Amino acid sequence: MTTAPDRPWALLAELTHACPLHCGYCSNPLELTRRSRELDTDQWAEVMRQAGELGVVHTHLSGGEPLLRRDLAAIVTAAEHAGIYTQLVTSGVGLDRARLSELTGAGLRSVQLSVQHADPDASDRIGGRRSFADKERAAALVREAGLPLGLNVVLHRENLDAVDAVVELGLAWGVDRIELANAQFYGWGLLNRAALLPTRDQLARARDAVGRWRERLAQDGPELVWVVPDYFDGEAKPCMGGWGAVSLTVTPDGTVLPCPAAASLPDLDPPNVRDHPLDWIWDHSKAFTRYRGTDWMPDPCHSCSRRDQDFGGCRCQAHALTGDPTRPDPACHLSPDHHLIQALTEEDAAAPKGRPTPIRRRTPLRPKTAGQRL
Amino acid sequence: MSVAAVADWRPGPAPAVVLRHDRARGTDLLLLPERVVVLKGAAGTILGLCDGTRTVGDIVSELADRFPGAPVAGDVPAFLDRLRTEGWLR
Ligand code: SF4
Ligand code: SF4
Repeated sequence: MTTAPDRPWALLAELTHACPLHCGYCSNPLELTRRSRELDTDQWAEVMRQAGELGVVHTHLSGGEPLLRRDLAAIVTAAEHAGIYTQLVTSGVGLDRARLSELTGAGLRSVQLSVQHADPDASDRIGGRRSFADKERAAALVREAGLPLGLNVVLHRENLDAVDAVVELGLAWGVDRIELANAQFYGWGLLNRAALLPTRDQLARARDAVGRWRERLAQDGPELVWVVPDYFDGEAKPCMGGWGAVSLTVTPDGTVLPCPAAASLPDLDPPNVRDHPLDWIWDHSKAFTRYRGTDWMPDPCHSCSRRDQDFGGCRCQAHALTGDPTRPDPACHLSPDHHLIQALTEEDAAAPKGRPTPIRRRTPLRPKTAGQRL
Repeated sequence: MSVAAVADWRPGPAPAVVLRHDRARGTDLLLLPERVVVLKGAAGTILGLCDGTRTVGDIVSELADRFPGAPVAGDVPAFLDRLRTEGWLR
């Protein structure tokens, strides 16, 4: 007899893949969902209801840019009714006072704002659109509304040297939390890896800077979160806290995945909320049971003492780099494929040579109607 | 903090902190941005009384009625103070 898996705590709701920005490391899949395929308001409300029943207590309302959904407030209300704590994950573009008060009125609890760099021009360049001024205004509005505000910055070669300035920006904007997330290399990030991958030195300096800020801010400063880069330390990351263990992702068209990058994996036969209830998907679908626990693991993971800590690392990374999603994550120094990553991070291997590598960007999906507000 | 300050305090959840019962797991939770605190034992019951109107004294006597013989007079104010330090009550 097998016991039922633990209930999920969190739902990542990718409400739309449309976004006014087009960052070179976007975590959306290479194949973006068209707006005409998106779930409608009632379908998202039903997702929230079922998620609440299933045990979900937290949701990130994300995208793309979730503010592009005109029915966002209705989705917030549905989550709130289901007992789910809501956090808006936004680029800040399109967040004016009226919109924010509509959302807080609907029960929105907190906001996470992305910034691409502390320097306005660099931020606009990395995001591929003028948006820094919008972000600054959005931060002030969220503060004024009294909602907790987190700042999220994806770190890579172009902004790792500016970590001090990023923390100072967070302090100036009065945020409660600063998340410094080193870029992950699958999907768009892998496509642009040559341009994004930092040098070992750069990373070491940034890590030291974060350590100094942690000491300074320990008493009453904002919380400082450093999401480690897995290419440099020979250790696989415990991806998503385990496959189908803690959270689930619902994509704009209703596909349900154990992690936002998993759409690229073969043989998952990804289930959709249009066809199956969420509890069946969590408990029984192939997508969620395939890599749950440790039984599926081949060696060296299966006989490894760390298998319950890192779960064999990231399936998407194993697949992207080796073609086989069951192999140990090449980020791990015990993986037979570790050389694939090691070669990239050796001294100077990542140092820019000659002309800078151009960034390949997603083309922004156009909003559905011309009159739709951004 | 002085005993008098504790006695005057009418604890309530800090903004952005939500107390709720989790039916799926049969437990009480505190929900915060990026964080879930699982409340053990009577913690959820105690926090349920922290509505910003009751003083710490009211809370202690209500709990003393409900749980005769429990060491509420000493434990509860210390527990509430700890949660204030965490920033979850104010
Ligand atoms: S802000 Fe950048 S990373 Fe986020 S969804 Fe838009 S393009 Fe992708
Ligand atoms: S061999 Fe597998 S389980 Fe062991 S540390 Fe490496 S990735 Fe983790």
